[in-house]
Amino acid sequence: MEKKKPIQKFLPFIILGVLALVPFVMDNPYFLHMIIMVFIWICLGQSWNLLGGFTGQISFGHAAFYGVGAYAGGLLAFHYEASTWWGMILGPIMAMVFAVPMGLICFRLRGAYFALAMLALAELLRLIATNWISFTNGSVGVLIVPTMGKVSFYYIAMGLAALSFLVIRVVVNSKWGFYFVAIREDQDAAESMGIDTTFYKLVSLLISAFFTGLTGGFYMNYMAYIDPSVVFALTDVSIMMILVVMLGGAGTFYGPAIGAVIMVICSEAFRVYFGSANLLIMGILIVLIIIFIPNGLMDIREYLKRRKYA
Amino acid sequence: MLEVKSLTKYFGGLAAVRDLSFKVEKGQIFGLIGPNGAGKTTVFNMINGFYPPSSGKVFFKGEPITGLKPNVVCKKGIARTFQVVKPLSRMTVLENVMASAFCRVNSIEAAREEAMKTLDFCGLTHRKDYLAKSLTIGDRKRLEITRAMATRPDVLLLDETAAGLNPTELDQAIALIRKIRDQGVTILIVEHIMKVIMSISDRIHAINYGQTIAEGTPQEVANNKAVIEAYLGEAYA
Repeated sequence: MEKKKPIQKFLPFIILGVLALVPFVMDNPYFLHMIIMVFIWICLGQSWNLLGGFTGQISFGHAAFYGVGAYAGGLLAFHYEASTWWGMILGPIMAMVFAVPMGLICFRLRGAYFALAMLALAELLRLIATNWISFTNGSVGVLIVPTMGKVSFYYIAMGLAALSFLVIRVVVNSKWGFYFVAIREDQDAAESMGIDTTFYKLVSLLISAFFTGLTGGFYMNYMAYIDPSVVFALTDVSIMMILVVMLGGAGTFYGPAIGAVIMVICSEAFRVYFGSANLLIMGILIVLIIIFIPNGLMDIREYLKRRKYA
Repeated sequence: MLEVKSLTKYFGGLAAVRDLSFKVEKGQIFGLIGPNGAGKTTVFNMINGFYPPSSGKVFFKGEPITGLKPNVVCKKGIARTFQVVKPLSRMTVLENVMASAFCRVNSIEAAREEAMKTLDFCGLTHRKDYLAKSLTIGDRKRLEITRAMATRPDVLLLDETAAGLNPTELDQAIALIRKIRDQGVTILIVEHIMKVIMSISDRIHAINYGQTIAEGTPQEVANNKAVIEAYLGEAYA
């Protein structure tokens, strides 16, 4: 839907090329870990953005899909000693399987009620994962032996982030994209324009759940350990996803990426410098952002443009 | 073309529309009038599928469409505009109309072409790159009509498209509605402005308190005792 300048056309490839070279010049595992986390958050941000930013359905329960995606592989390993890499296939599929009933229940509601219903269902899954000990091993979690080195994980994470970018870009520039944005702008108008709003909201949710589940599956492999309080977390996953998108700019292509970079760097830096006060500083930062750039960092460009022509 | 049969809608204990029947012939401009709160918009919402009627039926081309969802009704060929305009604010005018054009075509190119044609037909081409939220009320009303027309309807429901327009815009709106009719589209119009409804309607159906009080040509309805009473009070009837 956006018009492209020549530089913008090549910029993604340049960035991708530079990122592909990083492991050759930098073998500090901590640094690579930080970039892998950025890739993970780009993926999560992109998937939340499709449903929240483009389709206008604000979900507070995406940890559900992340957790299901992570546990799909984890439980295969736990019960059948299968490779957790199967989780990269089963994870996104299971996330979509869970998304269908969640969508059918929650899409009857609009606005804040939708957000709360999603939150409730995600918390429900967290409680099940914590208490169904015979199946999930409860809060002890699932532990595996890591299967490969950091550099390999780096490239897989980069591939996932690039894939999420690509797919969501293609989707948003298609008929579906027009429908999603129309639904966000006015559901009744969209419905009377011949758009089956229930169906297309579900389509958006399914794509979103797919990528969230895929990232969850990757996380299981990468961290080699999950427990319900990590992957089904309300603040550290569901709300963090919203913040990443809001920080960068909801309903924009690059917003989630910018948000992911800043969020990962900030939360790590604050943890180092402010110790246990890091959440406090994070909170203050978020409040400042909401007050001064409510539409996210992508909006600064628009803001500067407007000032130039004013 | 379009027929409603003893349509009734209760909101709680209040009958917003009671036992209403009328028939719109192909190619007609059919006016629906009545004082504020007479139930006109409720009738639209029942035809278009936003409300299921409490009882009664709606027929389109002889086929019952009662209780279908709005998007299905639209695909069958009944488009509508809203009295309180609903522009898709953060999309451009062209994108608004394209989103609507996808009702009949699938590719981006085809939708753009269809949208451009419709914008041209409705005289909104010069605003195509504006964000919908930056339009004046006149252009917003025109956008409502353009968006409805982009779904290639057989029947167009116009809900007070002339309200809030200045005299120039009013004449343009009348010209546009006539032009749409000349394309072979049947029009059902709700309107308060008598200049509009009397000059363009082929047939008028007047309701008050959700019930029929008169139906006929504009001339007949204007002289009808019950209509004058509903609008001006008993003293003038």
